[in-house]
Amino acid sequence: MAAMKGADAVVQALEREGVEVVFGIPGGASIPLYDSLYSSSIRHILMRHEQGAAHAADGYARVLGKAGVCSATSGPGATNLTTGIANAYMDSSPVIAITGQVATPFIGKDAFQETDVIGITMPITKHNFQVRSVAEIPEVIKKAFHIAQTGRPGPVLIDLPKDMQEGEAEVEFPEEVSLTGYKPTYDGHPRQIKEAAKAILDAERPVILAGGGVIISGASSELMRLAELIPAPVVTTLMGKGSFPESHPLSLGVLGMHGRREANHAVTESDLLIAVGTRFSDRSTGMVSCFAPEAKIIHIDIDPAEIGKNVKAHIPVVGDARRVLRQILQVLEEMKRRGRSKSWIEKVREWKKEFAPKLDYDDVPLKPHRVIKEIMEFLSEDDIVTTEVGQCQMWAHCYMSRSKPRTFISSGGLGTMGFGFPAALGAKVAKPEVKVVDIAGDGSFLMNIQELATAVENGIDVIVAVFDNRYLGMVRQWQELFYDRRYSAVDLGNSPDFVKVAEAFGAFGIRVEKPGEIGDALREAADSGKPAVVDFVIERECNIFPMVPPGKCLKEVIG
Amino acid sequence: MDEEHFIVALVEDRPGVMQRIAGMLRRRNFNIDSISVGTTEIPGISRITMTVHGDRLTLEQAMKQLNKLIEVVKVSELRQEESVVRELALVKVSVKNERARAEVVQYANIFRARIVDVSRQSMMIEITGDEEKLRAFIELMRSYGIIEIARTGKVIMARGAKSVKTREAK
Repeated sequence: MAAMKGADAVVQALEREGVEVVFGIPGGASIPLYDSLYSSSIRHILMRHEQGAAHAADGYARVLGKAGVCSATSGPGATNLTTGIANAYMDSSPVIAITGQVATPFIGKDAFQETDVIGITMPITKHNFQVRSVAEIPEVIKKAFHIAQTGRPGPVLIDLPKDMQEGEAEVEFPEEVSLTGYKPTYDGHPRQIKEAAKAILDAERPVILAGGGVIISGASSELMRLAELIPAPVVTTLMGKGSFPESHPLSLGVLGMHGRREANHAVTESDLLIAVGTRFSDRSTGMVSCFAPEAKIIHIDIDPAEIGKNVKAHIPVVGDARRVLRQILQVLEEMKRRGRSKSWIEKVREWKKEFAPKLDYDDVPLKPHRVIKEIMEFLSEDDIVTTEVGQCQMWAHCYMSRSKPRTFISSGGLGTMGFGFPAALGAKVAKPEVKVVDIAGDGSFLMNIQELATAVENGIDVIVAVFDNRYLGMVRQWQELFYDRRYSAVDLGNSPDFVKVAEAFGAFGIRVEKPGEIGDALREAADSGKPAVVDFVIERECNIFPMVPPGKCLKEVIG
Repeated sequence: MDEEHFIVALVEDRPGVMQRIAGMLRRRNFNIDSISVGTTEIPGISRITMTVHGDRLTLEQAMKQLNKLIEVVKVSELRQEESVVRELALVKVSVKNERARAEVVQYANIFRARIVDVSRQSMMIEITGDEEKLRAFIELMRSYGIIEIARTGKVIMARGAKSVKTREAK
């Protein structure tokens, strides 16, 4: 026990959690915290907008599989964080958000820069805390990290009133904490495991659907063993992209609204769907009533509330994806296998051949397919792709092959434009040795373009590949297809010049208009020794296909 | 099938816990007819009784979502037929004359309610019971003129030796 200032206790508790980086912006209500950070070994990366800080922490967390930390002051600082927190919540990402707060005597008095951040973030955090005494700081932070990183991960916010940062108390740092109301289930129930194994043996047309939970729990090798043992084709969700190598013969790529036809076909015709770590988002399932209509569904998820929420599961298994898959594999290996007809796998392979997308277009203006193809060739499998949201994201989602978990970082649930670039910064900070490319649209990039200053000042050399069509392209596509081409409020015009913007920030900028220049431009960007913006001028009204129109079944693909 | 279900939750008695629960129920579109909260035999733990309308699936989702809240320690469904359900109401009735006063006292006796306050123009009656009993009594009081009603919301406890704390999670 030692008397300590609250802010020092916060910083020490963070160090004890192994925190190496904090992304944030200081302000009036967090100056004491920043004073303590000043003499800490923790690296602080000064962002230019708090939303960027939250996304950077999120990107960092997704790449490393451990908590990313962001920080903001009270009031507007805290409210600016909220989009990033909501984004992390939807995608189950362990983000710790630390906010300054007005001193406790001022709380509730509408003091300067006061907002009820606890109230605001209740529905978008896994849990949140407001520190009420200096002595409880170490325990609160221990609990926050525990909650954020275990079970189904998620963001946790810690609100620190200024007097709690400044005050002193005897503090003790607990080695562990126990929460009576929080005990995640990790092992699958043996009876359910047996049921699942039996269903797998009985299936004629099994399909594995891998979600983000596979990546979170590190279950990729178990998933591979299961897929090869059955054998069953594997489709993934957006969040599950990279959990199973898309170069593998059994991979059918992503499913959903802009999924691969072969993936949507296979799910629709399957008689057994083994869903692992997925919440059956509406973007993945299409219309639920005709989702996998002939299939028995095994639903493996660590969050019991996901079972039966969107899709009825015949065999629910609550538990950690990795442990449950191991349990199932063990039972399967003990059970006697019967010969399964090969016709299903053959059929699936035929679809895969039939629906292989054409990417090598030579058109000017550029086809996004060609840009995706060249970026794919530019990257190795350990390099990281982040995405913004909209058409650019879906082109990457659908056409870009990824083979390793944690190498495709995208805003799945919330669909946050402006996510990709700050997330790329977080990813690059987490893994400086790999290349990081943000697949961006011009509309999305503009939403957090100020972080170019952060990138330049901190030497975080990521590449932003702008799919520049001067439209809010996804909305324009919907207007074209479903609203009689009435292009309401989607034309972004000529501003800005992204090359000049990049240069003004001190980054490298280059524009690409011809397909032959794509590869060279990417290499030049990488060799520039700076953060880089590559402005790909793409066909303005190019659509992302295939597409399952809203409210339709996965098999009702257009385009 | 749409019916009434009773959910009992044991929760940590911390600031904001009711807001967490109410907020979650609202944003996930659950219909709560009644909610009541009070302390329990365990220090630091409060008991919340909720009645939820909906089918079985809705009930299960509501319980699972409640369970996800960190400060919710235990969630149980209690079946009405295996439990005692009670609610307390304070009913203030206007009594304009001697006859009315005598009748109200009589009715209160029949319902085993208690007169807890009397003024020249009014009486306050405390009544405890299940929903039917309260409804019947309040209906009777209407003809005298109800000035004010305050109800606690329902509380429920299963019959027999077990407690919510020791019941197996479903």
